[in-house]
Amino acid sequence: MLLKLVLKNIFRHKLRSLLTIVGLVVAILAFGLLRTVVHAWYAGADMASANRLITRNATSLVFGMPAYYRERIKSIDGVTTVAISNWTGGLYKDESFRNFFAQFAITDEYWSQYPEFIARPEELAAWRGDRRGVMVGRILADQHGFKVGDTLPIKGTIYPGNWDFVIRGIYEPKDETTVTRQMYLHWEYLNERMKQRIGRNWDIAGVFVVTIADGSRAAEISRAIDAEFRNSLAETLTETEKAFQLGFVAQTGAIVTALKIVSFVVIVIIFAVVANTMAMTARERLAEYATLKALGFSPGFVAALIVAESVLMTAIGGLIGIALSFPVAAGFKQAMGSMFPVFKVTEETVVLQVAAALAVGLLAAVLPSIRAARVKIVDGLRYIG
Amino acid sequence: MKIPFSYVFRNLWTRKLTTLLTAGGMAMVVFVFAAVLMLDAGLKKTLVSTGSPENAILLRQSAQTEIQSSITRDQASLVQTLPGVARDQAGEPMVSREILVLAQIPAKGGGRPANVVIRGLPALGLAMRPQVRLLSGRMFRPGTSEIVVGKGISEGFDGVDIGQSQRFAQREWTVVGVFDGGGSAYDSEVWGDVEQMMQAYRRTTFSSAIARLESPGEFDAFVTRVAGQQRLTLDVKREPLFYAEQSRQLSNFISILGMILSAIFSIGAMIGAMITMYAAVSNRTGEIGTLRALGFRRSSILAAFLLESVLLALVGGVAGLALASGLQAFTITTMNWQSFSQLAFGFHLTPGIVMGTLAFSVLMGLVGGFLPSVRAARLEIVDSLRAA
Repeated sequence: MLLKLVLKNIFRHKLRSLLTIVGLVVAILAFGLLRTVVHAWYAGADMASANRLITRNATSLVFGMPAYYRERIKSIDGVTTVAISNWTGGLYKDESFRNFFAQFAITDEYWSQYPEFIARPEELAAWRGDRRGVMVGRILADQHGFKVGDTLPIKGTIYPGNWDFVIRGIYEPKDETTVTRQMYLHWEYLNERMKQRIGRNWDIAGVFVVTIADGSRAAEISRAIDAEFRNSLAETLTETEKAFQLGFVAQTGAIVTALKIVSFVVIVIIFAVVANTMAMTARERLAEYATLKALGFSPGFVAALIVAESVLMTAIGGLIGIALSFPVAAGFKQAMGSMFPVFKVTEETVVLQVAAALAVGLLAAVLPSIRAARVKIVDGLRYIG
Repeated sequence: MKIPFSYVFRNLWTRKLTTLLTAGGMAMVVFVFAAVLMLDAGLKKTLVSTGSPENAILLRQSAQTEIQSSITRDQASLVQTLPGVARDQAGEPMVSREILVLAQIPAKGGGRPANVVIRGLPALGLAMRPQVRLLSGRMFRPGTSEIVVGKGISEGFDGVDIGQSQRFAQREWTVVGVFDGGGSAYDSEVWGDVEQMMQAYRRTTFSSAIARLESPGEFDAFVTRVAGQQRLTLDVKREPLFYAEQSRQLSNFISILGMILSAIFSIGAMIGAMITMYAAVSNRTGEIGTLRALGFRRSSILAAFLLESVLLALVGGVAGLALASGLQAFTITTMNWQSFSQLAFGFHLTPGIVMGTLAFSVLMGLVGGFLPSVRAARLEIVDSLRAA
């Protein structure tokens, strides 16, 4: 009985209900996308392993450390491998955001430290055999149409000069959380070029990636590494990879916060729209509600009628919005290129979308249902919309 | 014959809840729209006030930022000898040779350390930045490990009060003053003596050289002279342009994201307006019939309903703008990806933004109210009178 009335009521004002539902779809969709953008921001940190530490110069990331630190770190108890990784920040084609991608100069140990990058053994061997060789990630390769054997001209910014690299392999991601939009070149090649340039040994490591056998000893080993270099020219700061990545996110924290706030603003906007629809609907039907009451239905039934209509409407809009989130997120990822390598609607986002839709539906019905429940039969019957 | 304005106004006034909710939804959209524009304007204002048009900045070829650049002492001395460089009262060439490094300083309230720009500069460099003035304490003395911090740093970070010291490059640096960069990017920097900084960081090269030219018009000739010197493998840029480029990515990101969000959100608000106006039309079918019977034309009815919708949107627009103008009290500190360091900037409301925002809300009202108004105007007198 209740459900039948609710359904009939929804379709009485087809245009109004349709408009409200379209508004809901847009809002729930926008909310989902914004949450996904916030998640994407943390993608690098989500990928971090508990068994990897990052050692960097304590003063600032821009300053490197002497490369020989690698041997000293390796000798510390609990450390299994140490790789050098330098951010090279070169330009491909131009300075635009679309053509930006991360470039690192690494040593060979890196590949064993990141098992989530799956490279073909023969391609990796080819990379090892070519000083100018680079490995590129799947996303990056697909975005720019890179193929194995292509020459990749890069203009140096931190490390001056024009660099012509040769793509020797394309590595694949292990799963959806793996970021594959980087390019890896030989640190030894970088070192050699810098030596030619400045005329003496360069030997500077940007950061050291340290793997440890036992993730639960991370704090202890980090302290041991930093103690090793205390009071030296380049003091170090070692932290887990996750903490290191979150440090970057924290520095852009204002943007993340703004996105989070804005994602709730859209819910407030749609709340105003739905509340308005319900208020108008209830006002127009005041006489009907009085009739229902005169027939003997309780005020609770009348209130339930309005709440059910409101929630049903937001549920329809919410469901369509959630269903659309997935294809739209996929399209958005395509359009944004490599800016957001991991752009996936998470379960948490879907739960939040459902919660937002339900909350809007319930809250929007509060005032009208109270009013309808309280209306005196006589007044209601006399009332004309 | 036009329908009196008071009719339009009273219609909105009688249905307060509906008006409030619809205008409220629009106010939120306008708020987001205005906030984004203000943020972008604030960022531009900060960077434009940082550079001055008669200054040219010299960086190593293809270096994008001062951090990446290096200039040897020989090169810097050569720049001083070039014609076109202004001279100060003592007859010295006005070329400020500076070093720029990044240090990690903990953010206020136990926050994580963030990258802060440390600039080493000579006394001449201070003279070349007239917009900077001391707020409290005193300037650093050349030849000492003293530093002064910008207003943004002093407000946002720990351990940078006067008398406290910061440890970087194996030295303790004592804070002796706080300066106001006049809303420029210098507010987010820490300044000290250039020679001391170079020793401490064991650097043998400068990061950049800033040359004051005799006049801004001298710039092109100066670029040719620099290019003519084989030893000067340097790029020359006008200072304001250099700072504008420094934030281009951040600025693009803010404006593109903001415009996409505003566009999506405005769909919601326009639908709200449409629902309200459709309801207004159907509730007042009888009234519309009466108005037509009294001799008002279809176009007058159309205009009246459109006006009602626009008025509704303007109420929302003004409310949203009022909310957004309150944002001017806040400052945002975020990392500028290009310079890799923290930059503080505020929300800046300009007359252009006020006009743009109001135009945007009028547009929302027009689009949202158009179809319902057309329906109202097309009603037949007989039908609508009978419907009542």
